[in-house]
Amino acid sequence: MNTVPAPRRLLARGVGHAYALRTVLEGIDFELPAGRVMALVGPSGCGKTTLLHLVAGLLAVREGRIESNFSTPASVFQQPRLLPWKNALDNIALGLKAAGVARAEREARAAELGVRVGLAADDLQKFPHQLSGGMQSRVALARALVLGPDLLLLDEPFSALDVGLKAELYALLAEHLAGREMAVLMITHDLMEAVRLSDDILVMAASPGRVVARFALDRPAARRDDDFVYRRTAELLRDATVRESFGLPPQVCAQTPEDAACETALQAVHTVRPGAAPARGGLRC
Amino acid sequence: MNAAVRWLAGLPAYLWSGWGAVASLLLCLALWEWLAGFYGELILPDPRAALSTLAGLLAGGGAWSELGITARRALAGFVLALAAGSALGLAAGLSMTAAMMSRPVVTVLIGTPPIAWLVLALLWFGAGDGTPVFTVFVAAFPVIFVGAMQGARTVDGQLAELAAAYRLPARMRLTDVYLPHVLSYLFPAWITALGISWKVVVMAELLATSDGVGAALAVTRSHLDTAATLAWILAVVGTLLAVEYLLLEPLKRAVERWRSTT
Repeated sequence: MNTVPAPRRLLARGVGHAYALRTVLEGIDFELPAGRVMALVGPSGCGKTTLLHLVAGLLAVREGRIESNFSTPASVFQQPRLLPWKNALDNIALGLKAAGVARAEREARAAELGVRVGLAADDLQKFPHQLSGGMQSRVALARALVLGPDLLLLDEPFSALDVGLKAELYALLAEHLAGREMAVLMITHDLMEAVRLSDDILVMAASPGRVVARFALDRPAARRDDDFVYRRTAELLRDATVRESFGLPPQVCAQTPEDAACETALQAVHTVRPGAAPARGGLRC
Repeated sequence: MNAAVRWLAGLPAYLWSGWGAVASLLLCLALWEWLAGFYGELILPDPRAALSTLAGLLAGGGAWSELGITARRALAGFVLALAAGSALGLAAGLSMTAAMMSRPVVTVLIGTPPIAWLVLALLWFGAGDGTPVFTVFVAAFPVIFVGAMQGARTVDGQLAELAAAYRLPARMRLTDVYLPHVLSYLFPAWITALGISWKVVVMAELLATSDGVGAALAVTRSHLDTAATLAWILAVVGTLLAVEYLLLEPLKRAVERWRSTT
């Protein structure tokens, strides 16, 4: 055990990665302290998943460095990835079993968390193929949360779910985050998801995967209502860099009085962008 | 222990679901009876004649010992094939090179007719247990080997990643991730191989030994006793059906509950 109370954080400096000759990531820098939620947003194929694999230690870091002094990281993958031959309860308890927690205790803790994420007692005895997609996602989330992680890595875990289920799981996650010093690194291609949950948003672009913009959201996640989320998402979607990264055509605003607000909103979100000259060439507000 | 309780608990419902199978077997008997009406006693005796001959053989006690001898040989060959096929198949599945190298060998083994192995076995082992056991082994081995190899080759990479991300210790990776998957391939292969063993052993005995069901069949053939021939065939098929549907199938259901689509 480290007795010096060093502040917990995840640090990436100049991280790059290549599969054979194809560079998928280049010069990624970020710092994620405890208690903050960071979202990596970008189009499919921009290397988000590779970056998360590097952070989770599933791939060896060959370029740059990743430092983490979080002690219990946990991952939620894009698909639930439940073990089909274990019931929901044993799936949730998987990480606890790996950590050597005794059967009675791990089953009690898994059952408690299973109920908290909205699984019924008889759902816990079911095998994954007997559960709906939403239920499987809940099991996958519970499997990570039951470990009491101080770093949670989320790889678009809700991307296959419908809007209602997504909202429910966001609420669950937000409730779990409140009052805990848990750091979260989530990747998503859904800007609205990022705006709803995260404190920092890193926008990535593809070939090679790199960070092209950074935004900070100052309002705490618990106090973000739908209106806030829609408004900030719309603001982000007007940003030229964001549009370019997702391959959207440059935006042309209608010449109406309401859109005068467009420019001021953009200035607000640009405040944390590194570098003095924001790349807004394509924006014609 | 749990599996045994589950097996017993599931048995009544399972047996009840067997009416369909019974009906289709009875239809076969009806067809047999109908054909017997055309061909007469010597070519095809009717089912009742065959069944009463079988009952006579069983009551006399001789049939049980012949069946026992045959079962011993089939099981000996099967168990050897099970052990060697599972172990070597898994090992081959873990290495790409070994898998590629063993493929043609397995194709040759599967493609060679059992009767060819039988002739070789007769030359090598003579008349005795060695010949049928070896023939059974050679016939069942490649089936199990392929099943084990497929199981080891198809382990889900995503689940392996999950095991790494959740820091599963090596032993848990084996018992909780790899073995259940591999078993789902191995178990069907074992059942297929058991069926093959039971068929091949009778053939081997017919040519190679002086006791067992195969030898009894050879005797009935030389006596032109078609009713007794059919009686022995019924005994062999009936044993296989009983083992498969009373023991293996329920066992498979208990082991692979997670697969069932209820």
